[in-house]
Formats: sequence, C-alpha cells, structure tokens
Amino acid sequence: MKKVKTIKIDVDLCNGCRACEVACSAFHAEPKYSSTNPEKSNIRVLFDVKRNLYIPVMAGEYTDAECMGRDQYIIDGTEYDECTFCRASCPARDVFKDPDSGLPLKCDMCEEEPPLEEPLCVKWCITDALTYVEREEEEEEEEKLDDVEIGLEALANKHGMKKITDTLARLSMSKKGEYV
Amino acid sequence: MRYAEQGFNLEIDLSRGNIEKVATDPRDTEAYLGGLGTNAKILWDRVPPEIEPFSPDNLLIFSAGLLVGTAAPSANRTIVSTISPQTNLMAFSMAGGFFAAELKHSGYDKVILRGKSPDWVYLWIHNGKVELRDASHLQGKGCYETAELIKQELKDPKAQVASIGLAGENRVYFASIEVEKSSCSRLGVGAIMGDKRIKAVAVRGTKDVNVAKPAEYFELCTTMLESMRHRLDNPLPGFDAMLATLGPQALSHSDDGFHIDNFAWGNARERKKGHWTKEYGEKWESDQLQSMERHISCYNCPVKCGGIIKHPTLGRFPMKCYSKLTYPMAAYADLDFGFRMIGIAQEHGVDGYTAPQVMAFAVELYEDGILTDEDMPGFPSDNEERHFWLMEKIVRREGIGEVLADGVYWAARRIGKGAEVYDHNTIKKNEQMFIKLGTLNPMYYLLYATGEKLTITQIEGGVPQAPLAPEDRKAYVKDWVQIPTGKEERFKQFVLEWGDEGKKAPFWPDTDLLNELVEWQEAMHYIDDATGVCAGVSSFMPKPPYHIHNYPLMLSAATGIDFDEDKLWKLAARNRNLVRAINIRRGLKKEDEHPPDDHWKKRFPEFEAELLDNYYKFKRWNDQGVPTREYLHELDLDYVGEDLEQRGFLKSVEEAEA
Repeated sequence: MKKVKTIKIDVDLCNGCRACEVACSAFHAEPKYSSTNPEKSNIRVLFDVKRNLYIPVMAGEYTDAECMGRDQYIIDGTEYDECTFCRASCPARDVFKDPDSGLPLKCDMCEEEPPLEEPLCVKWCITDALTYVEREEEEEEEEKLDDVEIGLEALANKHGMKKITDTLARLSMSKKGEYV
Repeated sequence: MRYAEQGFNLEIDLSRGNIEKVATDPRDTEAYLGGLGTNAKILWDRVPPEIEPFSPDNLLIFSAGLLVGTAAPSANRTIVSTISPQTNLMAFSMAGGFFAAELKHSGYDKVILRGKSPDWVYLWIHNGKVELRDASHLQGKGCYETAELIKQELKDPKAQVASIGLAGENRVYFASIEVEKSSCSRLGVGAIMGDKRIKAVAVRGTKDVNVAKPAEYFELCTTMLESMRHRLDNPLPGFDAMLATLGPQALSHSDDGFHIDNFAWGNARERKKGHWTKEYGEKWESDQLQSMERHISCYNCPVKCGGIIKHPTLGRFPMKCYSKLTYPMAAYADLDFGFRMIGIAQEHGVDGYTAPQVMAFAVELYEDGILTDEDMPGFPSDNEERHFWLMEKIVRREGIGEVLADGVYWAARRIGKGAEVYDHNTIKKNEQMFIKLGTLNPMYYLLYATGEKLTITQIEGGVPQAPLAPEDRKAYVKDWVQIPTGKEERFKQFVLEWGDEGKKAPFWPDTDLLNELVEWQEAMHYIDDATGVCAGVSSFMPKPPYHIHNYPLMLSAATGIDFDEDKLWKLAARNRNLVRAINIRRGLKKEDEHPPDDHWKKRFPEFEAELLDNYYKFKRWNDQGVPTREYLHELDLDYVGEDLEQRGFLKSVEEAEA
C-alpha cells in the first residue's frame, strides 16, 4: 500500500486572496519563515477577474520543452486558458521558477519531520478552497530494473531500439578485445 | 538588513522625468511605523502650507503599510496621501487589493510623486527597473480598461495597476484612484494624480520581504488567522449581519433592512422607516443574487468583502462593499440600478461616497428650481437616466458637471441662489455618510467633529455603534480582550449599562469616559493606517482580531524593534497629532469642527461646545484645538511645536508667561 497525498481544490470557493502563496513561500524560505515572496511559492493562484477564473495550482514536474499543441477547456460555458490546470514548470509560461536563480519550483507537500497535519497552504486557506486528503492506494508490484536496464531503457527511449542495437554491434566490432 | 520594510522609497520628479531610489531612515520606522505615519512626516517636512493642492510641489505618495508583504493576514493596504483639492487639508485615502504587496515585493515602501509631467505618462516599476512611459494612448480610458491595456502592453498579467479614469484626468474633486477591486476614493486623490498627468502606476515585484524573528512572527500570524476564523465562524449576537463577523459584509448578505430603513435617502434627506418590506427585501435579494458571481478578498485576507459582479448589460467587474447602498439610496432606486451605476462609476474613477450625494444634490436643486433647464440642457426626465446623465457630465466637467465636479460644498457656493442650504451634509467641505438621526450622541459628536479623516467608518469602531440589547451585553464584555490596559472595567461597565434608564445619550456617559472611548477608537485606526492592516479586521470592527495587545508583539517580531503597549499608544498619538498639525498649519479651525446641523434632530449647542472644549483639554490641545508645546515635546514632535509657534498658531513660552 502506498500513501497518496491529495490537495483538493474547490475553485468555486477560492476568494483569490493568495494566502496560500504567502504561507508556502514563508515555509520554504531559508531560514524557515524568514521571508515571504509569492514569486517563490510552489502554489500560485492563476486568476483572471474578467473571466471569473480563480485557480490555485501546485507546482509539479519541471519540463524543458513545452507541449506540442495546447488544450483548451470549456466548462459550464467558461473558457479556461490553455495551460490553466497544468502544474508544470515549463518554458511556455513564467510561473514556478525561482525569480533569483531561475530554477524550477516544485510542491513538496510541506514534507518535514515531524510531519505537519496538512500542507501549510491548506492550513492557511480558511475559506476551504484547499482541503487535504490522504488515502492509501494499492501498489502494483513492479518488476525492479537494474541500473544497466534503466540506463539502456532511457537511451532506447531517446534514440530508438534500433540505434542502440546497431551501436552495440558496431562497438563490439570496432573495439574488439577492449571490453571483457 | 531592514525587516518588514524594504528601506527604500522611489522619488519621481514628473516635471523632469527624474527617478531616484532613496534609502529611508530606520529611526522614522520606530517613531511613525510606516504607511500613513511616515507619509505624514514627509508631507510635514516637504509640503509647507503655502503649497496649493494643484501646485507641482504638492506630493502624491503611494505607500504600503509597514506589515504589508509580510505574512500578517489582511495587511494589504495602500495608503495614498497628498493635500486634498476639496478640503485643502491632508487627504486620507486608502485601498486594499494587491497593489501595496506588489510594491513591497518590488523593493520599495513608497512611491513619492512630485512635479507635473508635460505629457500623459504612466509609471512602470519592475523591481530595479523603473520608467515613465507614454500614456497618450490611454487618455480618456476607464480605470479598469487602463489597467488591462497596460498589462497587455507590458506583457505582464501579474502587474498590479493603480489608475485614474476620466474623473481624475479632469481633476474632479472626488476622483478616486482605482486599484483593481479596491480604490483610494476619498478626498480627491485621483484629481491630484490627474493634475500631475500620471495616468497609472503599474508595479511588479519578485523580491523577498524579510522579518526579524521568523518563527515567532509566523506563529503570531498563524494565531491571528485562527482568531479570524473564529470570528468568521461565530457571528456576534446582537449585531446585524454587516458587522457581526468581520468585514463589513455588505456583499455576503442581502439583508440590508437596517440601512434601508435607517439611512437617509436622496440628498441625505429622509429616512424611510418601514421601506424594507418583505417584497422589497425579496427583490433586493434577487438583484444581488442575479449579479453576484463570486465573493473575493484582498491580498492575504480570508474575509470576503468584495464581489465579482456579472451584470447582464455591463459584463463582469469587481467591486467592494461600500457603494452597494450609496448609489441606490441617493437616487431613490433599486440595487440593480446600483450595480449598473457602480460598474460605470468605477471605470470613471469617482468616490462612491461623494459622487451619489453630489448627483442627489443636483437633482434636488433642479426639482426646487434652483438649477433649471437652462443650466442643464438635455437633462432627462427619467430618474435613473438623470443620474447616468449627471455622472457623464461630472467626470468630463461638461456643462453643469464643471460646477458639480467640485463637490457639494464648492458647487453650492458657485451656484448660489440659495443652493448653499442644500449643502447640509458636509463637514470640513467633505460629504459625510448619509445618516440623519434623532438625539445627539456625544461619542459620535466628538468622532465627527474632531476626526481628521472625515470618513466616520475610518474613525469609529471598537465600541458598539449603539447600545446592545440587555441580553447581549454580558456575552459581549465576557472576552472583550481588546480594551487597553487599565480601562477594562470601565469600558465593560459602559457596555453593560449603556441604554439603561438614565444611561442614554446625550448626557451619558461622563466626560472622562467619553473622551477615552473616542480616543481609543481613533487611535486604533491610526495604528492600522501605519501598519497597512485593514480596518475590517481591526479598528472598525467590534472585538477585532488585531488589537492593542497583540499588535506590539507582531510589530516587534516583524521589525526587530521593541514595541510595547505604551510605546505603540504614544506612537499612535504622535501620528495623530502630526496629522492635526499639518491641518492646523493649513488653516483648520475650531469652528470647522462641527457635524452637519441636521445630523441629529435634537441638538444641544451649549453642551456640544462643552464636549468639544473638554475633549480638547483631554487631548492636551489648547482652546483652539492646537496641540500644546509641552505635549508635542512629550511626543518627540518639537520640530512641529517650533514651526507652529513661528507661524503663530501657538504662543511662545515667553508670550504665554506674559
């Protein structure tokens, strides 16, 4: 069983106050709580008053390339921005990047010892747009790959299997005797 | 390193286009905190009384409060200070929203504008990059429209913009500066901005705001947030929905019966007791529900005082609570009219307090034949259309609008022909809340008379606005922890007894207690205005989360400067007396300290004079309301005392002895 930590986001309840950004940036400041700076927060409220969009988004994985093509959602007649619900720190937009270093930001659910009852953004969202849910989930037993397999798989993903086998063949021919 | 503040102001000379980043003196932080306090110090030092409001030498200061940008909940106020074109006194105008926090994060505590730009410009502050940019293409645009265009032009949707509309451009005396969902509305600060030909200030910041004692401060902020939640979840018994939680909550509730029945309609003329019928209330509620799309808040604040209105004809716009009642009641119209008018008024950038009264005043003059079709060619016959017509004339200063744009006081005198008597709801030339009541309330008499801020909601609070029902009193005083040290028993006794037989206005309570209650209410506002904490979670509210006991802890942990209750109390007095001195120097007189004649039906002129004299004494002001030399000395304001003496407002020691 594995623990799945979820922040439920009720966009209808969001009042756009950005307290989540304040709390997050304080928690992750060095030293802890020594400063606030929404730009360094791992959660941002993406909003557009003109369209009544108030969407808290947690920073997810970093990506070095933006998507090919974009999605656009229309829900109950409201058109949402492309990328609105996306959590990636991505070259396509200027959120989730540390303003000083440019390094990507990523939500860590406020992991610390001893653990907090809930991530700080949730605690500071007293309008309850953010709530915290923890649940257990069955984990499928995955076959464990060894290091070489992991490396090869990555190379195969990048260059294709054919290229790998061709290269291996060429290497074993040209460097005959150099490898045991 | 500076804590809670950035330690830098931006000085912009609009005449020359010069921009400087100037380090501030940390001793001023200890003496005046920030926000209004340090604004007043700058105005005292740099704007002598000879400077007219529309002089290039008048300053327009945008300041973040001291705690803005830290984790302090609801610390988000932008405090704009200048000399008012309407009163020629120091202007008090403040807004919530997101502007001040962004300014702080851009690395500055204040933007100080001086001079006049030869052409329309806007100021763009992006951390270290600060520039004046051409705004000729923005001239004539609405406030929100301008903000949107600037963000597009800068390709920065996260920029925060403070802008003026047509009213500010045309120097309407009650022009506001709109800061996206909130506004600096009072006393014509938008007109000063227009006079300086600066259409907007846009700001974007990505810098840290540091605090001195991180863990301790964050703990205090968390406790503050928890006490806000407690207050939001537990409405105070005996208070109407508007004030029972935190707020004021005009947009969360549609139960406006109290105001509809008790506030004055038209040109602050008549109360319509019983107007709030079941049917009327239902229509009011359905207008509200039809248009309210979302409840919204300002920066780092859980209290939802604002709303997004989606109106069938105007589309979406955000609004704060206040103007919800002012426009409908002044125009004898309904809430739907209110929303339609507010959408337009916010784009034009006018004060939702004054504008409706000016229009009601004009309608009344027209109906009574003082203004005629000759003065107002094309004036519609339909009531609602009349108000839309007047609004457009005023913000353009066209036709009769040229006169009305100066506000009721000045317009009445320019129109003449008896129009002066229709100016019955101003104090110190400024339009007041549309309330007309029965018997003189001595506490409110003093708050109105001596308040420098001229807006009662920015002076009152802390003490219930009216006697509580006997069954609610005990509960109210039970955990009333907000009272200053040493005054607990007497203040509690006041609430327990107020309203009993023989313990009613006007001759109760005794002068000493009365003065202390008045001073306490006002002092808390002065602290909020310096810290940037919203009065809606502090000085304006009954039993608020922020108070004189937790403020010193927060300020000490945030700034690293030690504060205690006494020091903070003295600081509030220092700021309050500095502001008074600015106004005294600009000509504020004892005879100006007079609430409108008809504010109460039953007045007691001799008793009122006594009240005022006693309060002056209690405040350690002389018989003309000027702070005494000794008192100014105790407040470390000798430089003020010397100046007031030199200018003849105070007698010198030798003269006094002679």
